[in-house]
Amino acid sequence: MFSAIWKFIQKFSSPPYFYQISNKMIPWLAVIFLATLVYGLYGALITAPADYQQGDSFRIMYIHVPAAWMSLFIYMVMAVSGAIGLIWRIKLSEVVAICSAPIGAVFTFLALITGSIWGKPMWGTWWVWDARLTAELILLFLYLGILALYSAIEDKRTASRAVAILAIVGVVNIPIIHYSVEWWNTLHQGPTVTKFDKPSIHIDMLIPLLVMAVSFKVYYVMALLMRCKNEILVRESNTKWIKEMVMK
Amino acid sequence: MTEFFHMGGYASFVWSSYGIAFISLLLGVILPMRTNSATLTRLKGRFRREQIQAQEMQDNLQDTQEKTS
Repeated sequence: MFSAIWKFIQKFSSPPYFYQISNKMIPWLAVIFLATLVYGLYGALITAPADYQQGDSFRIMYIHVPAAWMSLFIYMVMAVSGAIGLIWRIKLSEVVAICSAPIGAVFTFLALITGSIWGKPMWGTWWVWDARLTAELILLFLYLGILALYSAIEDKRTASRAVAILAIVGVVNIPIIHYSVEWWNTLHQGPTVTKFDKPSIHIDMLIPLLVMAVSFKVYYVMALLMRCKNEILVRESNTKWIKEMVMK
Repeated sequence: MTEFFHMGGYASFVWSSYGIAFISLLLGVILPMRTNSATLTRLKGRFRREQIQAQEMQDNLQDTQEKTS
């Protein structure tokens, strides 16, 4: 059983196989993404009732919250696959780590900007230097730092190791972001979904939120595969299989 | 319908959020697709040049062998 799993991992993580599988999966992921997106947006913009305090402005939540979840999730994927690359020298996990960074940066940017746009009518200000917002801004800088570090080092395998270490050190920021609304007094509201007792959000508002979260996750996998394909092409350009594939 | 676009007075906030998200996510797939096809073209050019060079080297080698013999 264990050896079967190991064999599968070895096969899947070989660049030629991964490249082929990605090509097949991307169109399917695009379809799933669009379907969940349309369903999620329909729920978010039309069927969900307006909030009794915030009116229709709360609909920004359906972008803001999934984007913020993704910014943390992608960071963890990046750090874990970076660590795997660091320990076992698996090429593919190095590729996954660095290709996650720009996508994570986009979601972090989206979480910050939509939060700001939501904050203006609700809090009366675009920005406050409180714990949640500042920690999320640091996350954006971590992503950008990782991208800058990677492009500054010529040899990409060395660059991957440097990036993995930076990503692992940056993990300390993740629980800070998550618990910031409980540890410090803040304008930012506390969690309504990810807490242990029942979510304090109505089911008609909750379902579109979860659908949007699924949609963003599928988007991440799709965009990740696209970026990995290019990274593999560049890194493996001296190998025979790339030459055969390109020239045929 | 106008009520829908009005968003209870929060139209500019709601729609700008959704607009920025839409553009960001769209760029997030268009840019990698363009880089990918650019890389493929670049590699194709490189491999073709290498093929031609290898061919020329072989021709030169044959020429010198014929002259010396």
